[in-house]
Amino acid sequence: MNERRNGLKEKITNNQIWQSMFRHGYEKTGRRYTLQVLQNVWLHLHPPRVTRHAINFRFTWCMGGITFLMFLVTAVTGVLLMFYYRPTAEYAFRDIQYLEFDIPFGMLLRNMHRWAAHGMVIAVMLHMFRVFLTGSYKKPREFNWGVGVILLLVTFFLSFTGYLLPWDQLAFWAVTVGTNMARATPVLGHEGPFAPQDIVTQANDVRFALLGGTIVGPSTLLRFYILHCVAVPLLASVLMALHFWRVRKDGGISGPL
Amino acid sequence: MDPFLELVTKPDNVPIVAIVILLPFFTWLAFSQGRRNDLAGTPAEAGLNDKVYCWPYLCRNEFLCAIIIMLVLGIWSITIDAPLEEPSDPTKTPNPSKAPWYFLALQEMLVYFDPWIAGVVLPGLIIAGLIAIPYIDINPKGKGYYTLKERPFALITFCFGFFVLWIVLMVVGTFLRGPGWNFFAPWKEWDPHKVVPLTNVNLSYLFGIRNEQPAGIFGMCVVVGYFALGPIYYFLKRGTSKFLQELGLVRYIVVSFLFLTMMALPIKMILRWTLNIKYIWVSPWFNI
Repeated sequence: MNERRNGLKEKITNNQIWQSMFRHGYEKTGRRYTLQVLQNVWLHLHPPRVTRHAINFRFTWCMGGITFLMFLVTAVTGVLLMFYYRPTAEYAFRDIQYLEFDIPFGMLLRNMHRWAAHGMVIAVMLHMFRVFLTGSYKKPREFNWGVGVILLLVTFFLSFTGYLLPWDQLAFWAVTVGTNMARATPVLGHEGPFAPQDIVTQANDVRFALLGGTIVGPSTLLRFYILHCVAVPLLASVLMALHFWRVRKDGGISGPL
Repeated sequence: MDPFLELVTKPDNVPIVAIVILLPFFTWLAFSQGRRNDLAGTPAEAGLNDKVYCWPYLCRNEFLCAIIIMLVLGIWSITIDAPLEEPSDPTKTPNPSKAPWYFLALQEMLVYFDPWIAGVVLPGLIIAGLIAIPYIDINPKGKGYYTLKERPFALITFCFGFFVLWIVLMVVGTFLRGPGWNFFAPWKEWDPHKVVPLTNVNLSYLFGIRNEQPAGIFGMCVVVGYFALGPIYYFLKRGTSKFLQELGLVRYIVVSFLFLTMMALPIKMILRWTLNIKYIWVSPWFNI
């Protein structure tokens, strides 16, 4: 049995096609384990080795990883959703209905996207909580903590811009309430303190820039769609690359020594 | 179904219910490890400092975690449908209108502060304050392990801000605020015609100041005096306190400003509940 299994393994791995893709062998040595991580683009963000407590669920809660996983799920389901969705006031709501009732697994697709987004917000909060409780923001990780705070903000903004896209009452009024705050921005909002009365009006203040109008309307939908699908995910990806890179450069996951 | 249960089980409120369950669990997990480390004298993580290969040990854990989470997400997505209400209608305002759940602590703050504070200045200071934490926390202990007694001030301050001023306000804003953003206990019906007497007065009025200008000066003195508490304490204690000397004036001013700003919210909340205070400081340009 064992011989037959080894024979089969040999047949699969010992040929030019396989070895062109996976350059490391399969012997149980430290060299192979190291190569397996170093030579794999998906795994190469890992160092070859980590301290033992860093793989302990009780210590890490795995929340940073879960946040990233949720981001990947929303990215994949989001791209699929884009095939069925047009960000115009005429079509947005109907496209969601069409998605829910006529597209095979359309409802499941939408559910996964929405719940993964909510899951990402939960996970990122818990991740921050864990990092604080273990004092992991302390020297030399001060800068990476700051990057993490910005990523928290970006996560909120990703979720918030996506909230408008179904273009139903829930979306419309939640975003109306949320963006109404901007009109009270000091100096830059037309109802904020110290705003020059004749210069800053509701047709040129910071809320207008966000909405593309004086109320939430079709141009807001387009703006939020582009922010949600292109601009903010790009920003998030860049910041995540920085965040993960710095975790390694600052000495890997924090520990007592 | 009971209207409150209906509210709690609304699809979009599932994340809040999840947080209300998850947060105590993780708090217990962290605090029990902190207590264990404190009792043992050396953190348990120090005994696990030998290295293991990422492949297969770390990658295996990540993969396992990903499978479990995808399973949870899959079940969640199959059993609960994302909400879709009527098509948007700018002429039909629902009462109450609520922001997404993760912003409801901010919306709840609007009860106590004007929008420019609750919606702009405070969120900005939360972000700035969080980023500032590593630079103002000069305590070298408690880096990379759970502990309770080695950094009590940092833990108490963060947990108070996170639990009380973020999570509790979020829960109140979601589950206990009804039409007109009025407070409704869970067993009360949401009555859109609930009459709430407007008996709030400004602090200066309570002190018998009826004229606009003296009231403004009085309010300014209270607010400036409140924020001056920090520096005053510094100059009184810096001679004797080794901690203050190590912290330095700049760091101290940042810490005390952020801390006093954070505490201003619960103080204003309590003043509102007990003395019906509307504003502390009324000026022609802004009210606090």
